[in-house]
Amino acid sequence: MSGCTRIDVAGLSVLFPLYHAGSRSLKKTVVAVASSRFAQDPQHRVVVQALRDISFTLTAGERLALIGPNGAGKTTLLRALAGIYEPVVGRVRVQGNLSALLDPQLGMNMDLTGRENIMLRGLYGGLLRSELNRLEEDVREFAGLGDFLDLPVRIYSSGMVVRLGFALATAIRPQILLMDEWFLAGDAEFLEKARGRMEGMVRRAEILVLSTHQPEIVREWCSRVIWLDQGQVRADGAPVEVLEQYLGHPLEEVGGQLADGGKSHRGATG
Amino acid sequence: MMLGRVKTNAVAAVRGIGRPATGSAAFMSDRLSPSIGNIALEFRPGLTATERARFAVQDVAGGLRLWRLAWTLGWLDIRLRYRGSLLGPFWLTLSTAIMVSSLGVLYATLMHMDVHRYLPFIALSQVLWGFISGVVGDGCVCFTQAEGIIRSVRMPLFVQVLRVLVRNLLMLGHNAVVIVVVFALFSVRPGWQALWALPGVAAWALAAAAICLPLGAVCARFRDVPQIVGSVMQIAFFLTPIIWLPDQLGPHEHLLLLNPFFDLLEIVREPLLGTAAGSHIWMAAVAITLVLCGFSCALFARVRGRVAFWL
Repeated sequence: MSGCTRIDVAGLSVLFPLYHAGSRSLKKTVVAVASSRFAQDPQHRVVVQALRDISFTLTAGERLALIGPNGAGKTTLLRALAGIYEPVVGRVRVQGNLSALLDPQLGMNMDLTGRENIMLRGLYGGLLRSELNRLEEDVREFAGLGDFLDLPVRIYSSGMVVRLGFALATAIRPQILLMDEWFLAGDAEFLEKARGRMEGMVRRAEILVLSTHQPEIVREWCSRVIWLDQGQVRADGAPVEVLEQYLGHPLEEVGGQLADGGKSHRGATG
Repeated sequence: MMLGRVKTNAVAAVRGIGRPATGSAAFMSDRLSPSIGNIALEFRPGLTATERARFAVQDVAGGLRLWRLAWTLGWLDIRLRYRGSLLGPFWLTLSTAIMVSSLGVLYATLMHMDVHRYLPFIALSQVLWGFISGVVGDGCVCFTQAEGIIRSVRMPLFVQVLRVLVRNLLMLGHNAVVIVVVFALFSVRPGWQALWALPGVAAWALAAAAICLPLGAVCARFRDVPQIVGSVMQIAFFLTPIIWLPDQLGPHEHLLLLNPFFDLLEIVREPLLGTAAGSHIWMAAVAITLVLCGFSCALFARVRGRVAFWL
Protein backbone atom coordinates (compact mmCIF):
# COMPACT_ATOMS: atom_id res chain seq x y z
CA MET A 1 0.00 0.00 0.00
CA SER A 2 2.80 2.40 0.81
CA GLY A 3 6.22 2.83 -0.68
CA CYS A 4 5.11 3.70 -4.14
CA THR A 5 3.10 6.74 -3.12
CA ARG A 6 4.60 9.53 -5.13
CA ILE A 7 3.92 12.76 -6.99
CA ASP A 8 6.01 13.84 -9.96
CA VAL A 9 5.49 17.21 -11.55
CA ALA A 10 7.72 18.27 -14.42
CA GLY A 11 7.51 21.48 -16.40
CA LEU A 12 3.86 21.94 -15.54
CA SER A 13 2.14 25.01 -16.95
CA VAL A 14 -1.56 25.72 -16.74
CA LEU A 15 -3.05 28.28 -19.10
CA PHE A 16 -6.54 29.65 -18.84
CA PRO A 17 -7.81 30.79 -22.19
CA LEU A 18 -10.06 33.80 -21.64
CA TYR A 19 -13.08 32.50 -23.51
CA HIS A 20 -15.82 34.40 -21.81
CA ALA A 21 -13.97 37.10 -20.00
CA GLY A 22 -17.03 38.14 -18.09
CA SER A 23 -17.51 34.76 -16.55
CA ARG A 24 -17.65 34.38 -12.84
CA SER A 25 -15.13 31.59 -12.57
CA LEU A 26 -12.43 33.51 -14.34
CA LYS A 27 -12.98 36.59 -12.27
CA LYS A 28 -12.72 34.48 -9.22
CA THR A 29 -9.64 32.57 -10.18
CA VAL A 30 -7.29 34.65 -12.18
CA VAL A 31 -8.24 38.10 -13.27
CA ALA A 32 -7.52 39.68 -9.91
CA VAL A 33 -3.84 38.86 -10.12
CA ALA A 34 -3.33 38.26 -13.76
CA SER A 35 -2.37 41.74 -14.81
CA SER A 36 1.19 40.73 -15.55
CA ARG A 37 0.35 37.32 -16.79
CA PHE A 38 -1.77 37.95 -19.84
CA ALA A 39 -0.31 36.44 -22.94
CA GLN A 40 -1.42 35.24 -26.33
CA ASP A 41 -1.31 31.69 -27.48
CA PRO A 42 -0.48 30.67 -31.05
CA GLN A 43 -4.12 31.03 -32.01
CA HIS A 44 -4.10 34.62 -30.74
CA ARG A 45 -6.41 33.96 -27.89
CA VAL A 46 -5.75 35.82 -24.69
CA VAL A 47 -4.61 33.39 -22.04
CA VAL A 48 -3.68 33.74 -18.42
CA GLN A 49 -0.74 31.75 -17.19
CA ALA A 50 -1.92 30.47 -13.87
CA LEU A 51 1.11 28.19 -13.46
CA ARG A 52 4.44 28.45 -15.23
CA ASP A 53 6.97 25.67 -15.49
CA ILE A 54 6.48 24.03 -12.10
CA SER A 55 8.62 21.01 -11.27
CA PHE A 56 8.93 19.03 -8.08
CA THR A 57 8.79 15.50 -6.76
CA LEU A 58 7.18 14.33 -3.56
CA THR A 59 7.77 10.91 -2.07
CA ALA A 60 6.07 9.09 0.77
CA GLY A 61 6.49 10.93 4.06
CA GLU A 62 6.85 14.40 2.62
CA ARG A 63 4.58 17.20 3.78
CA LEU A 64 4.54 20.13 1.45
CA ALA A 65 3.15 23.58 2.19
CA LEU A 66 2.33 25.95 -0.65
CA ILE A 67 2.63 29.56 0.35
CA GLY A 68 2.29 32.74 -1.63
CA PRO A 69 0.03 35.74 -2.00
CA ASN A 70 -3.59 35.34 -3.02
CA GLY A 71 -3.82 34.21 -6.61
CA ALA A 72 -0.26 32.95 -6.80
CA GLY A 73 -1.57 29.70 -8.25
CA LYS A 74 -1.79 27.60 -5.11
CA THR A 75 -5.31 26.36 -5.66
CA THR A 76 -4.72 25.88 -9.37
CA LEU A 77 -1.72 23.69 -8.55
CA LEU A 78 -3.82 21.66 -6.12
CA ARG A 79 -6.49 21.29 -8.80
CA ALA A 80 -3.93 20.12 -11.33
CA LEU A 81 -2.60 17.55 -8.84
CA ALA A 82 -6.15 16.40 -8.19
CA GLY A 83 -6.71 15.80 -11.90
CA ILE A 84 -9.39 18.47 -12.24
CA TYR A 85 -7.39 20.66 -14.58
CA GLU A 86 -5.68 18.50 -17.14
CA PRO A 87 -2.58 20.42 -18.16
CA VAL A 88 -1.61 21.01 -21.76
CA VAL A 89 2.06 21.55 -20.99
CA GLY A 90 4.16 19.40 -18.72
CA ARG A 91 3.71 16.13 -16.91
CA VAL A 92 1.87 15.33 -13.74
CA ARG A 93 2.07 11.87 -12.30
CA VAL A 94 0.35 10.82 -9.12
CA GLN A 95 0.67 7.38 -7.59
CA GLY A 96 -1.50 6.45 -4.67
CA ASN A 97 -5.06 7.23 -3.80
CA LEU A 98 -5.73 10.85 -3.42
CA SER A 99 -8.28 13.07 -1.81
CA ALA A 100 -8.58 16.76 -2.45
CA LEU A 101 -10.24 19.04 0.05
CA LEU A 102 -10.50 22.11 -2.10
CA ASP A 103 -13.94 23.47 -1.62
CA PRO A 104 -15.78 23.49 1.70
CA GLN A 105 -19.01 23.20 -0.21
CA LEU A 106 -17.91 20.29 -2.33
CA GLY A 107 -20.99 18.32 -3.13
CA MET A 108 -22.99 20.32 -0.66
CA ASN A 109 -26.25 21.50 -2.04
CA MET A 110 -27.52 24.35 0.07
CA ASP A 111 -31.15 23.44 -0.53
CA LEU A 112 -30.76 19.86 0.64
CA THR A 113 -30.79 18.82 4.27
CA GLY A 114 -27.61 17.93 6.11
CA ARG A 115 -28.57 14.27 6.03
CA GLU A 116 -29.12 14.32 2.28
CA ASN A 117 -25.79 16.03 1.78
CA ILE A 118 -24.06 13.33 3.77
CA MET A 119 -25.71 10.68 1.62
CA LEU A 120 -24.64 12.45 -1.56
CA ARG A 121 -21.09 12.78 -0.35
CA GLY A 122 -21.00 9.06 0.37
CA LEU A 123 -22.35 8.32 -3.07
CA TYR A 124 -19.66 10.46 -4.67
CA GLY A 125 -17.33 7.95 -3.14
CA GLY A 126 -19.38 4.99 -4.29
CA LEU A 127 -20.10 3.84 -0.74
CA LEU A 128 -22.50 0.99 -0.15
CA ARG A 129 -25.68 1.43 1.83
CA SER A 130 -24.26 0.06 5.09
CA GLU A 131 -21.20 2.27 4.77
CA LEU A 132 -23.45 5.24 4.14
CA ASN A 133 -25.14 4.70 7.48
CA ARG A 134 -21.83 4.63 9.27
CA LEU A 135 -20.70 7.75 7.47
CA GLU A 136 -23.87 9.48 8.57
CA GLU A 137 -23.35 8.34 12.14
CA ASP A 138 -19.77 9.52 12.18
CA VAL A 139 -20.51 12.91 10.67
CA ARG A 140 -23.55 13.53 12.85
CA GLU A 141 -21.56 12.79 15.96
CA PHE A 142 -18.71 15.08 15.05
CA ALA A 143 -20.60 17.98 13.53
CA GLY A 144 -23.01 18.07 16.47
CA LEU A 145 -25.84 19.54 14.45
CA GLY A 146 -28.62 17.80 16.33
CA ASP A 147 -32.02 18.31 14.78
CA PHE A 148 -30.59 20.66 12.19
CA LEU A 149 -29.46 17.59 10.30
CA ASP A 150 -32.94 17.29 8.84
CA LEU A 151 -33.19 20.94 7.83
CA PRO A 152 -31.87 22.51 4.65
CA VAL A 153 -28.22 23.57 4.83
CA ARG A 154 -29.33 26.97 3.56
CA ILE A 155 -30.60 27.93 7.01
CA TYR A 156 -27.46 26.79 8.85
CA SER A 157 -25.17 29.38 10.37
CA SER A 158 -21.86 29.66 8.55
CA GLY A 159 -20.18 27.92 11.46
CA MET A 160 -22.52 24.96 11.13
CA VAL A 161 -21.78 24.73 7.43
CA VAL A 162 -18.06 24.63 8.14
CA ARG A 163 -18.59 21.97 10.80
CA LEU A 164 -20.61 19.81 8.44
CA GLY A 165 -18.17 20.31 5.59
CA PHE A 166 -15.26 19.57 7.86
CA ALA A 167 -16.82 16.45 9.31
CA LEU A 168 -17.56 15.15 5.82
CA ALA A 169 -14.14 15.99 4.48
CA THR A 170 -12.27 14.40 7.35
CA ALA A 171 -14.17 11.15 7.12
CA ILE A 172 -11.56 9.85 4.71
CA ARG A 173 -8.24 8.09 4.74
CA PRO A 174 -6.34 8.98 1.63
CA GLN A 175 -2.69 8.21 0.95
CA ILE A 176 -2.28 11.62 -0.59
CA LEU A 177 -4.11 14.53 0.92
CA LEU A 178 -4.47 17.86 -0.86
CA MET A 179 -5.83 20.57 1.38
CA ASP A 180 -6.76 24.16 0.71
CA GLU A 181 -6.56 26.74 3.42
CA TRP A 182 -10.29 27.13 3.98
CA PHE A 183 -9.90 23.99 5.93
CA LEU A 184 -8.06 25.72 8.69
CA ALA A 185 -10.79 28.28 9.14
CA GLY A 186 -13.41 28.28 11.84
CA ASP A 187 -13.87 29.61 15.32
CA ALA A 188 -11.28 28.85 17.97
CA GLU A 189 -13.50 26.47 19.90
CA PHE A 190 -14.23 24.47 16.80
CA LEU A 191 -10.60 24.44 15.72
CA GLU A 192 -9.68 22.97 19.08
CA LYS A 193 -12.18 20.17 18.58
CA ALA A 194 -11.24 19.74 14.97
CA ARG A 195 -7.54 19.59 15.54
CA GLY A 196 -7.34 16.05 16.77
CA ARG A 197 -9.47 14.71 13.99
CA MET A 198 -7.55 16.59 11.34
CA GLU A 199 -4.14 15.74 12.72
CA GLY A 200 -5.07 12.09 12.69
CA MET A 201 -5.97 12.35 9.04
CA VAL A 202 -2.84 14.32 8.19
CA ARG A 203 -0.62 11.85 10.03
CA ARG A 204 -2.11 8.88 8.25
CA ALA A 205 -1.67 10.45 4.85
CA GLU A 206 1.64 9.53 3.27
CA ILE A 207 1.90 12.75 1.32
CA LEU A 208 0.35 16.05 2.32
CA VAL A 209 0.09 19.10 0.10
CA LEU A 210 -1.31 22.06 1.97
CA SER A 211 -2.00 25.54 0.79
CA THR A 212 -1.98 27.96 3.70
CA HIS A 213 -1.25 31.40 5.08
CA GLN A 214 -0.52 30.32 8.62
CA PRO A 215 3.18 29.96 9.55
CA GLU A 216 2.47 27.98 12.72
CA ILE A 217 0.64 25.34 10.74
CA VAL A 218 3.47 25.21 8.22
CA ARG A 219 6.12 24.82 10.91
CA GLU A 220 4.13 22.27 12.82
CA TRP A 221 2.96 20.05 9.99
CA CYS A 222 5.21 20.49 7.01
CA SER A 223 8.65 19.31 6.09
CA ARG A 224 8.98 21.34 2.94
CA VAL A 225 7.70 24.64 1.60
CA ILE A 226 7.23 25.88 -1.94
CA TRP A 227 6.73 29.61 -2.32
CA LEU A 228 4.63 30.35 -5.37
CA ASP A 229 4.57 33.79 -6.86
CA GLN A 230 2.83 34.78 -10.09
CA GLY A 231 2.45 31.13 -10.95
CA GLN A 232 6.13 30.36 -10.60
CA VAL A 233 8.22 28.68 -7.94
CA ARG A 234 10.05 31.43 -6.09
CA ALA A 235 11.66 29.24 -3.47
CA ASP A 236 11.61 25.58 -2.52
CA GLY A 237 13.13 24.24 0.65
CA ALA A 238 12.92 23.68 4.40
CA PRO A 239 10.03 25.45 6.15
CA VAL A 240 11.99 27.90 8.30
CA GLU A 241 14.29 28.89 5.48
CA VAL A 242 11.57 29.61 2.93
CA LEU A 243 9.23 31.22 5.44
CA GLU A 244 11.93 33.67 6.50
CA GLN A 245 12.62 34.55 2.90
CA TYR A 246 8.94 34.96 2.25
CA LEU A 247 8.27 37.08 5.29
CA GLY A 248 11.50 39.02 5.01
CA HIS A 249 12.38 38.65 8.69
CA PRO A 250 13.27 35.90 11.17
CA LEU A 251 10.41 33.63 12.07
CA GLU A 252 10.46 34.18 15.82
CA GLU A 253 8.94 37.60 15.39
CA VAL A 254 5.88 36.30 13.71
CA GLY A 255 2.96 36.24 16.04
CA GLY A 256 0.03 35.28 13.92
CA GLN A 257 -0.74 35.21 10.28
CA LEU A 258 1.55 35.84 7.39
CA ALA A 259 1.82 39.44 6.35
CA ASP A 260 -0.48 39.35 3.37
CA GLY A 261 -2.71 36.60 4.65
CA GLY A 262 -4.82 38.57 7.06
CA LYS A 263 -7.96 36.68 6.41
CA SER A 264 -8.03 33.22 7.75
CA HIS A 265 -11.22 32.33 5.98
CA ARG A 266 -11.34 32.95 2.30
CA GLY A 267 -13.95 30.36 1.55
CA ALA A 268 -13.76 28.71 -1.83
CA THR A 269 -11.10 30.73 -3.50
CA GLY A 270 -10.15 30.04 -7.04
CA MET B 1 -14.71 24.72 -36.25
CA MET B 2 -15.05 23.46 -32.74
CA LEU B 3 -12.48 20.74 -33.12
CA GLY B 4 -9.95 22.93 -34.80
CA ARG B 5 -9.87 25.33 -31.91
CA VAL B 6 -9.52 22.88 -29.11
CA LYS B 7 -5.96 22.23 -28.18
CA THR B 8 -5.54 18.79 -26.79
CA ASN B 9 -1.97 17.76 -27.22
CA ALA B 10 -1.97 16.56 -23.69
CA VAL B 11 -4.64 14.56 -22.06
CA ALA B 12 -4.83 12.64 -18.88
CA ALA B 13 -3.93 9.07 -18.65
CA VAL B 14 -5.73 7.48 -15.81
CA ARG B 15 -4.90 3.98 -14.92
CA GLY B 16 -6.31 1.65 -12.36
CA ILE B 17 -3.75 -0.10 -10.23
CA GLY B 18 -6.12 -2.50 -8.60
CA ARG B 19 -8.00 -2.45 -5.36
CA PRO B 20 -6.37 -0.94 -2.33
CA ALA B 21 -5.00 -3.33 0.24
CA THR B 22 -6.64 -1.59 3.14
CA GLY B 23 -7.63 -4.45 5.35
CA SER B 24 -7.73 -2.11 8.31
CA ALA B 25 -10.72 -1.53 10.47
CA ALA B 26 -10.97 1.90 8.95
CA PHE B 27 -14.54 2.22 7.91
CA MET B 28 -14.01 5.34 5.92
CA SER B 29 -12.86 3.64 2.88
CA ASP B 30 -10.54 5.17 0.43
CA ARG B 31 -13.44 5.06 -1.93
CA LEU B 32 -14.66 8.34 -0.58
CA SER B 33 -12.60 9.96 -3.24
CA PRO B 34 -14.00 7.84 -5.96
CA SER B 35 -12.72 9.14 -9.13
CA ILE B 36 -9.19 9.14 -7.94
CA GLY B 37 -9.26 6.51 -5.24
CA ASN B 38 -6.73 3.75 -5.88
CA ILE B 39 -5.62 4.97 -9.21
CA ALA B 40 -2.55 6.57 -10.51
CA LEU B 41 -3.04 9.73 -12.40
CA GLU B 42 -0.82 10.71 -15.24
CA PHE B 43 -0.85 13.68 -17.55
CA ARG B 44 1.65 13.88 -20.30
CA PRO B 45 1.87 15.75 -23.57
CA GLY B 46 1.17 14.25 -26.94
CA LEU B 47 -1.42 11.53 -26.55
CA THR B 48 -2.66 9.73 -29.63
CA ALA B 49 -6.26 9.74 -30.77
CA THR B 50 -6.66 6.15 -29.63
CA GLU B 51 -5.49 6.99 -26.14
CA ARG B 52 -7.84 9.93 -25.97
CA ALA B 53 -10.69 7.71 -27.11
CA ARG B 54 -9.83 5.23 -24.39
CA PHE B 55 -10.03 7.89 -21.70
CA ALA B 56 -13.37 9.00 -23.03
CA VAL B 57 -14.60 5.42 -22.83
CA GLN B 58 -13.21 5.17 -19.29
CA ASP B 59 -15.12 8.31 -18.38
CA VAL B 60 -18.36 6.81 -19.64
CA ALA B 61 -17.70 3.48 -17.94
CA GLY B 62 -16.79 5.24 -14.70
CA GLY B 63 -19.99 7.25 -14.93
CA LEU B 64 -22.03 4.10 -15.38
CA ARG B 65 -20.38 2.57 -12.31
CA LEU B 66 -21.55 5.57 -10.31
CA TRP B 67 -25.14 5.02 -11.42
CA ARG B 68 -26.42 5.15 -7.86
CA LEU B 69 -25.00 8.63 -7.48
CA ALA B 70 -26.52 9.71 -10.79
CA TRP B 71 -29.87 8.29 -9.76
CA THR B 72 -29.82 10.12 -6.42
CA LEU B 73 -28.74 13.39 -8.01
CA GLY B 74 -31.50 13.23 -10.60
CA TRP B 75 -34.08 12.25 -8.04
CA LEU B 76 -33.02 15.01 -5.64
CA ASP B 77 -33.23 17.52 -8.49
CA ILE B 78 -36.91 16.71 -8.84
CA ARG B 79 -37.59 16.56 -5.11
CA LEU B 80 -35.86 19.87 -4.60
CA ARG B 81 -37.90 21.59 -7.25
CA TYR B 82 -41.14 20.65 -5.55
CA ARG B 83 -40.00 20.61 -1.94
CA GLY B 84 -42.60 22.06 0.36
CA SER B 85 -45.37 21.98 -2.20
CA LEU B 86 -48.48 20.00 -1.50
CA LEU B 87 -48.59 17.88 -4.64
CA GLY B 88 -44.85 17.61 -5.09
CA PRO B 89 -43.78 16.25 -8.45
CA PHE B 90 -47.42 15.54 -9.22
CA TRP B 91 -47.66 19.17 -10.18
CA LEU B 92 -46.01 17.92 -13.35
CA THR B 93 -48.83 15.48 -13.85
CA LEU B 94 -51.47 18.05 -13.09
CA SER B 95 -50.14 20.75 -15.38
CA THR B 96 -49.66 18.27 -18.20
CA ALA B 97 -53.21 17.04 -17.68
CA ILE B 98 -54.62 20.54 -17.86
CA MET B 99 -52.61 21.45 -20.91
CA VAL B 100 -53.43 18.25 -22.76
CA SER B 101 -57.15 18.48 -22.10
CA SER B 102 -57.47 22.13 -23.05
CA LEU B 103 -55.23 21.80 -26.12
CA GLY B 104 -56.97 18.59 -27.08
CA VAL B 105 -60.45 20.07 -27.07
CA LEU B 106 -59.39 23.35 -28.69
CA TYR B 107 -57.44 21.85 -31.55
CA ALA B 108 -59.95 19.09 -32.17
CA THR B 109 -62.50 21.87 -32.72
CA LEU B 110 -60.17 24.05 -34.78
CA MET B 111 -59.08 21.21 -37.01
CA HIS B 112 -62.54 19.60 -37.17
CA MET B 113 -61.35 16.33 -35.73
CA ASP B 114 -62.94 13.67 -33.62
CA VAL B 115 -61.96 14.28 -29.99
CA HIS B 116 -61.90 10.53 -29.42
CA ARG B 117 -59.13 10.18 -31.91
CA TYR B 118 -57.32 13.44 -31.29
CA LEU B 119 -57.11 13.69 -27.52
CA PRO B 120 -55.27 10.39 -26.90
CA PHE B 121 -52.92 11.32 -29.73
CA ILE B 122 -52.03 14.72 -28.35
CA ALA B 123 -51.76 13.44 -24.78
CA LEU B 124 -49.19 10.86 -25.86
CA SER B 125 -47.36 13.18 -28.25
CA GLN B 126 -47.16 16.02 -25.78
CA VAL B 127 -45.76 13.87 -22.99
CA LEU B 128 -43.21 12.18 -25.25
CA TRP B 129 -42.13 15.50 -26.74
CA GLY B 130 -41.78 16.85 -23.22
CA PHE B 131 -39.13 14.20 -22.62
CA ILE B 132 -37.27 14.92 -25.85
CA SER B 133 -37.17 18.68 -25.41
CA GLY B 134 -36.41 18.27 -21.70
CA VAL B 135 -33.37 16.13 -22.42
CA VAL B 136 -32.09 18.50 -25.07
CA GLY B 137 -32.65 21.56 -22.87
CA ASP B 138 -31.08 20.01 -19.77
CA GLY B 139 -28.30 18.51 -21.86
CA CYS B 140 -27.17 22.02 -22.75
CA VAL B 141 -26.55 22.88 -19.12
CA CYS B 142 -25.53 19.46 -17.83
CA PHE B 143 -21.91 20.54 -17.23
CA THR B 144 -22.38 24.24 -16.53
CA GLN B 145 -24.91 23.47 -13.82
CA ALA B 146 -22.55 21.04 -12.14
CA GLU B 147 -19.70 23.52 -12.16
CA GLY B 148 -19.22 23.30 -8.41
CA ILE B 149 -18.71 19.56 -8.43
CA ILE B 150 -16.64 19.41 -11.60
CA ARG B 151 -14.22 22.04 -10.34
CA SER B 152 -13.73 20.54 -6.92
CA VAL B 153 -13.36 16.83 -7.50
CA ARG B 154 -12.29 14.62 -10.34
CA MET B 155 -15.35 12.68 -11.33
CA PRO B 156 -16.49 11.16 -14.62
CA LEU B 157 -18.35 13.81 -16.58
CA PHE B 158 -20.74 11.13 -17.74
CA VAL B 159 -22.31 11.14 -14.27
CA GLN B 160 -23.81 14.52 -15.12
CA VAL B 161 -25.29 13.13 -18.32
CA LEU B 162 -26.84 10.21 -16.46
CA ARG B 163 -28.26 12.67 -13.96
CA VAL B 164 -30.05 14.51 -16.77
CA LEU B 165 -31.40 11.22 -18.09
CA VAL B 166 -32.65 10.13 -14.69
CA ARG B 167 -34.29 13.47 -14.01
CA ASN B 168 -36.12 13.45 -17.34
CA LEU B 169 -37.12 9.80 -17.06
CA LEU B 170 -38.66 10.50 -13.67
CA MET B 171 -40.57 13.43 -15.14
CA LEU B 172 -41.71 11.22 -17.99
CA GLY B 173 -42.91 8.71 -15.43
CA HIS B 174 -45.02 11.32 -13.67
CA ASN B 175 -46.47 12.57 -16.94
CA ALA B 176 -47.20 9.06 -18.10
CA VAL B 177 -50.08 9.00 -15.62
CA VAL B 178 -51.88 11.43 -17.92
CA ILE B 179 -51.50 9.06 -20.86
CA VAL B 180 -52.86 6.16 -18.86
CA VAL B 181 -55.88 8.14 -17.69
CA VAL B 182 -56.66 9.53 -21.15
CA PHE B 183 -56.28 6.10 -22.75
CA ALA B 184 -58.61 4.62 -20.14
CA LEU B 185 -61.20 7.37 -20.60
CA PHE B 186 -61.25 6.98 -24.36
CA SER B 187 -60.75 3.21 -24.17
CA VAL B 188 -57.66 3.15 -26.32
CA ARG B 189 -56.05 -0.28 -26.03
CA PRO B 190 -52.79 -0.60 -27.91
CA GLY B 191 -52.49 -4.32 -27.10
CA TRP B 192 -49.30 -6.33 -27.43
CA GLN B 193 -48.13 -4.02 -30.13
CA ALA B 194 -47.21 -1.60 -27.33
CA LEU B 195 -44.24 -3.77 -26.37
CA TRP B 196 -42.48 -2.45 -29.45
CA ALA B 197 -42.14 0.78 -27.56
CA LEU B 198 -39.50 -0.86 -25.36
CA PRO B 199 -36.75 -1.08 -27.98
CA GLY B 200 -37.83 2.42 -28.94
CA VAL B 201 -37.23 3.66 -25.40
CA ALA B 202 -33.85 1.89 -25.37
CA ALA B 203 -32.89 3.73 -28.55
CA TRP B 204 -34.06 6.95 -26.93
CA ALA B 205 -31.88 6.45 -23.88
CA LEU B 206 -28.86 5.87 -26.10
CA ALA B 207 -29.62 8.85 -28.30
CA ALA B 208 -30.30 11.05 -25.27
CA ALA B 209 -26.93 10.22 -23.70
CA ALA B 210 -25.28 10.75 -27.07
CA ILE B 211 -26.81 14.18 -27.50
CA CYS B 212 -26.16 15.38 -23.93
CA LEU B 213 -22.39 14.77 -23.95
CA PRO B 214 -21.51 16.98 -26.93
CA LEU B 215 -24.27 19.51 -26.17
CA GLY B 216 -23.07 19.94 -22.60
CA ALA B 217 -19.47 20.43 -23.71
CA VAL B 218 -20.23 22.78 -26.59
CA CYS B 219 -22.60 24.83 -24.46
CA ALA B 220 -19.94 25.17 -21.76
CA ARG B 221 -17.52 26.54 -24.32
CA PHE B 222 -19.90 28.67 -26.38
CA ARG B 223 -22.48 30.25 -24.13
CA ASP B 224 -24.72 31.25 -27.02
CA VAL B 225 -25.46 27.70 -28.01
CA PRO B 226 -28.18 27.04 -25.38
CA GLN B 227 -30.17 29.96 -26.82
CA ILE B 228 -29.75 28.63 -30.34
CA VAL B 229 -30.76 25.15 -29.26
CA GLY B 230 -33.79 26.59 -27.51
CA SER B 231 -35.11 28.24 -30.63
CA VAL B 232 -34.34 25.21 -32.78
CA MET B 233 -36.40 23.09 -30.41
CA GLN B 234 -39.23 25.60 -30.60
CA ILE B 235 -39.29 25.33 -34.37
CA ALA B 236 -38.95 21.57 -34.21
CA PHE B 237 -42.05 21.43 -32.03
CA PHE B 238 -44.14 22.96 -34.79
CA LEU B 239 -42.49 21.10 -37.67
CA THR B 240 -42.95 17.72 -36.00
CA PRO B 241 -46.42 16.17 -35.90
CA ILE B 242 -47.20 16.68 -32.23
CA ILE B 243 -50.25 18.90 -32.24
CA TRP B 244 -51.09 17.82 -35.78
CA LEU B 245 -51.32 14.35 -37.25
CA PRO B 246 -48.83 13.03 -39.80
CA ASP B 247 -51.54 12.09 -42.29
CA GLN B 248 -52.73 15.70 -42.42
CA LEU B 249 -49.76 16.34 -44.69
CA GLY B 250 -51.47 14.18 -47.28
CA PRO B 251 -49.24 13.35 -50.26
CA HIS B 252 -46.24 15.01 -48.61
CA GLU B 253 -46.24 12.74 -45.59
CA HIS B 254 -43.12 10.90 -46.70
CA LEU B 255 -41.13 14.14 -46.32
CA LEU B 256 -41.51 13.74 -42.57
CA LEU B 257 -38.89 10.99 -42.69
CA LEU B 258 -36.33 13.76 -43.14
CA ASN B 259 -37.25 15.17 -39.74
CA PRO B 260 -35.07 13.29 -37.23
CA PHE B 261 -37.40 14.21 -34.37
CA PHE B 262 -40.29 12.57 -36.22
CA ASP B 263 -38.39 9.32 -36.73
CA LEU B 264 -37.37 9.11 -33.10
CA LEU B 265 -40.82 10.08 -31.89
CA GLU B 266 -42.59 7.49 -34.04
CA ILE B 267 -40.66 4.46 -32.80
CA VAL B 268 -42.17 4.99 -29.35
CA ARG B 269 -45.45 6.69 -30.23
CA GLU B 270 -46.74 4.34 -32.93
CA PRO B 271 -46.53 1.15 -30.84
CA LEU B 272 -48.30 2.89 -27.95
CA LEU B 273 -51.09 3.92 -30.30
CA GLY B 274 -51.42 0.29 -31.34
CA THR B 275 -49.85 0.51 -34.78
CA ALA B 276 -46.39 -0.54 -35.84
CA ALA B 277 -43.78 1.98 -36.87
CA GLY B 278 -42.75 1.24 -40.45
CA SER B 279 -39.40 -0.41 -41.10
CA HIS B 280 -38.14 2.68 -42.91
CA ILE B 281 -38.87 4.74 -39.79
CA TRP B 282 -37.02 2.24 -37.65
CA MET B 283 -34.06 2.27 -40.00
CA ALA B 284 -33.99 6.04 -39.95
CA ALA B 285 -34.23 6.14 -36.15
CA VAL B 286 -31.46 3.59 -35.69
CA ALA B 287 -29.27 5.42 -38.18
CA ILE B 288 -29.83 8.72 -36.37
CA THR B 289 -28.96 7.13 -33.04
CA LEU B 290 -25.77 5.59 -34.41
CA VAL B 291 -24.66 8.82 -36.05
CA LEU B 292 -25.32 10.68 -32.81
CA CYS B 293 -23.28 8.14 -30.84
CA GLY B 294 -20.38 8.34 -33.28
CA PHE B 295 -20.35 12.11 -33.29
CA SER B 296 -20.67 12.19 -29.53
CA CYS B 297 -17.72 9.83 -28.97
CA ALA B 298 -15.48 11.69 -31.41
CA LEU B 299 -16.19 15.09 -29.92
CA PHE B 300 -16.09 13.98 -26.31
CA ALA B 301 -12.73 12.26 -26.79
CA ARG B 302 -11.29 15.55 -27.95
CA VAL B 303 -12.77 17.96 -25.45
CA ARG B 304 -13.15 15.90 -22.27
CA GLY B 305 -10.01 17.28 -20.66
CA ARG B 306 -10.91 20.87 -21.46
CA VAL B 307 -14.41 21.03 -20.01
CA ALA B 308 -13.14 21.96 -16.52
CA PHE B 309 -11.37 24.98 -18.01
CA TRP B 310 -14.50 26.16 -19.74
CA LEU B 311 -16.73 26.28 -16.71
